Amino acid sequence: MEIVVCIKRVPASDTTIKIAADGKSIDPAGVKYELNPYDEFAIEQALLIKEQLGAGSVTVVTIGSKDAQKELRDALARGADKAALLTTDQWISDGASTAAALATWIKSQSCDLVLCGRQAIDSDNNQLAPNLATHLGFACITEVNKLELADGKFTAERDIEGAREVVTCPTPAVLSCQKGLNEPRYPNLKGIMAAKKKPLEEAAAELPAAGLEVVSLALPPERAAGKILGDGADSVPALIDALRNEAKVL
Amino acid sequence: MSNVLVIAEVRGGSLKRSSLEAVTAAIELAGQTGGKAIAIACGSGLDAAGSELAASGVAQVVAIDGAAFESYSGDGYANAIAAQAGEHGATAVVMTHTAMGKDLLPRVAAKLDASIATDATSVKFADGKFTVQRPVFAGKATLTANGTKAVFCATIRPNNYAAASAGGNAEVNKIEPPAGDLLSVVKEIVASSSDRTPLQEAKVIVAGGRGLKEAEHFNLVEDLAAAFGPGVAAVGASRAVVDAGWRPHREQVGQTGKVVSPPLYIAIGISGAIQHLAGMRTAGTIVAINKDADAPIFKVADYGIVGDAFEIVPALTKAIAEVVASK
Repeated sequence: MEIVVCIKRVPASDTTIKIAADGKSIDPAGVKYELNPYDEFAIEQALLIKEQLGAGSVTVVTIGSKDAQKELRDALARGADKAALLTTDQWISDGASTAAALATWIKSQSCDLVLCGRQAIDSDNNQLAPNLATHLGFACITEVNKLELADGKFTAERDIEGAREVVTCPTPAVLSCQKGLNEPRYPNLKGIMAAKKKPLEEAAAELPAAGLEVVSLALPPERAAGKILGDGADSVPALIDALRNEAKVL
Repeated sequence: MSNVLVIAEVRGGSLKRSSLEAVTAAIELAGQTGGKAIAIACGSGLDAAGSELAASGVAQVVAIDGAAFESYSGDGYANAIAAQAGEHGATAVVMTHTAMGKDLLPRVAAKLDASIATDATSVKFADGKFTVQRPVFAGKATLTANGTKAVFCATIRPNNYAAASAGGNAEVNKIEPPAGDLLSVVKEIVASSSDRTPLQEAKVIVAGGRGLKEAEHFNLVEDLAAAFGPGVAAVGASRAVVDAGWRPHREQVGQTGKVVSPPLYIAIGISGAIQHLAGMRTAGTIVAINKDADAPIFKVADYGIVGDAFEIVPALTKAIAEVVASK
């Protein structure tokens, strides 16, 4: 099975976000980046499927700046076979453009399965898998947290509100991966050395006109300063009073 | 070409409550575009849900009703809905941001070559443009953007619009699912062991963190949630306790869990790491109970009590139960 894993370099989850002078993007100064946490599950699942089948290849792809080479090398060190960096200098907040550009590139490859994280934790679009699958004409299951592959068919589980869904689909498919799907491996020294010699191609991302045009990016309004009602259980009546009569939520 | 389509979610024959919030957004948008709000549902046995939608304030209901749609199929539903969007001259398609909404609407948008914004907290149409606001970086920032395509799609974050209840008696058009192979199909729905309210739709979230010291002490959190009465409160958890294996990931609130905005959020023994605050700072009212008076959670809390959760929470549970009983 030829597997493509879509990954993204994102600001780390413990980073404080500041808005750039243009009022439309983040100020990159002091921002620490990391591999999107959900993409680790996608990379791991690709490696597990390749190991299960004893054949095939794993290609990681990203759209981003040249700096994203680091995250691609990380994936190669974990065991992916090759990588592609589709370059752009903009931060793309429009998920549909990302999906279209990735679809264009994937159509140029031999591919039976696309894996990605359930969402990138920067733009939080949570739409790549179903959007991409529609462009490719592939089947799609989103937010998968359990997966089996038998006879070229997938059986997946996903959480929905108050229940779990068991979903089946054939290949070719696009699956988005949720935390809990597997335990991602980390690169070891041998992997890191080997990754340096693995192919990493670069090409300009073929981004269509954005479907969403950014008007502004702003910090959310600060919450008004709260009140400490006191210490210990004696403060419970004051809290109940505030919730009933001031906040009016009881 | 100014109608607004709202996709309603029907599970087991019942209309999902949160779908009525998207209906409200659709009715508002239709008022701005000068078109009609049209509700559309897919499934099998949609009579009850169709009648309920007909009385929600929409101008028309389309029920794609048949055995082929008994189980959810993302590609199957998307094909049928995209065709209806074309037929009804839809300029916008909205749906609530649920597990199904996230799976379905991007497919519809791709088929329609539409603009799509997910998890929107507000959608508007003015001066010929759709404008959306949506949290990004898990709520650390808010993006405002305009649609550039002929059709605009958005999933609407739960708890941001009131549920529609305008009344009325709209016409229900029942049609058969289109023929064609389905790629992904739901084979089984397994109810969770608990009948607890889903986190993102709960009116109250009671969340616990490492301050509870042991997984077993989460009974304090569960008891407080239960005190609000059936179907009101959900239990949430910090990343630290999910990573420690005390609680399942589906309860995690924060940047790598769920982003929530319930009317009331009660944080117990949660210090308030930046990635947790990002996930709950848009809650209506925030209450924090923590033994450390300098904990960052108190910076976003409307009301705080400093002290021992093991002493405060049972007293609060008792007091809440009394308030609920007196109603």
